[in-house]
Amino acid sequence: MALLKKKERSEAEIPTASMADIAFLLLIFFLVTTTIDVDTGIGMVLPPKLEDDVEPPPIRERNMLKILVNETGQVLLEDKPSGVNMIRDEVVKHVTNNGSDPNYSVSPTSAIVSIKTSSQTPYDTYIQVLDEVWMGYFNIWNSELRRMGMGGVTYTEAPDDVKVAIRKDYPAAISIAEPDDLEQ
Amino acid sequence: MAHFKKKQAKSGANDIPTASLPDIIFMLLIFFMVTTVLRETTVQVRTTLPKAEALTKIEQKRLVSYIWIGPLKQGLNQFGPTSIQIDDALVEDMTVIRSIMYRKWQEQPRLIVSLRVDETSEMGVVTRVQQELREAGTLRINYSSKRDISNL
Repeated sequence: MALLKKKERSEAEIPTASMADIAFLLLIFFLVTTTIDVDTGIGMVLPPKLEDDVEPPPIRERNMLKILVNETGQVLLEDKPSGVNMIRDEVVKHVTNNGSDPNYSVSPTSAIVSIKTSSQTPYDTYIQVLDEVWMGYFNIWNSELRRMGMGGVTYTEAPDDVKVAIRKDYPAAISIAEPDDLEQ
Repeated sequence: MAHFKKKQAKSGANDIPTASLPDIIFMLLIFFMVTTVLRETTVQVRTTLPKAEALTKIEQKRLVSYIWIGPLKQGLNQFGPTSIQIDDALVEDMTVIRSIMYRKWQEQPRLIVSLRVDETSEMGVVTRVQQELREAGTLRINYSSKRDISNL
């Protein structure tokens, strides 16, 4: 009996003293390798591929705000040379016209902004122009938010259902026309 | 003085309890393990992204597929012609894009194609890629760009 008692083992234990050190090492590894960068960019939805026999729907001239960008990055806004920074206000004027000025759109839902580039246009300029157009729409949406009594938040911070409601009244119809001189 | 001594004795060992330290560290570790995205592709083209203001965030990273367009990196500060890279390979023939993207779209119908285009690229190549994307049916795109800090 005495022999048996002697044999009884002490409870097996994993040494936990170094546990924190091991965890720390792993932690530091993942800390170093982690890149918490959020992908940002300008979102667009391309138009679906047109069937050959289907004609694109007709658009009234006044509903379309034409922006042309040439190979040197110069901008033609409704056939008038202008600066990139003027696009924003012009977009706001065009979309929120509601039929008052015959040169601009009939209603916000029918307003279209068309951007056409040449195939040598620098991408940087194109993004600047597109950015300005989007900022025009953001300004419209922000003033719409203020009108709804939600002036404290900007459009990007607004809840999704509000966004959907605003975009139903003021849809961002941006058309990207293909360059004429595109090689196939 | 006696009073002072008594107080010290009462508080006992004033070590920080370290028993829960591994747990805390493990917690942090798991957080970083989950958020880490190990880079699986090496980008062979230079993409200096343009700057913009009207930015939106892509929240769901697993929906994103990247297309890199920019001058080919050829050694230190030397760049070749404008090339297109998808995943790990350079695209030689534009018409390949539609089959690659169509396959991706079948796997993930809500695919967002992030175009990481170098700011010096020309619109011709971007438009051609977009035509291919329309052929493939991957219509949600995102022109990747950085926040313009100079305007703030």
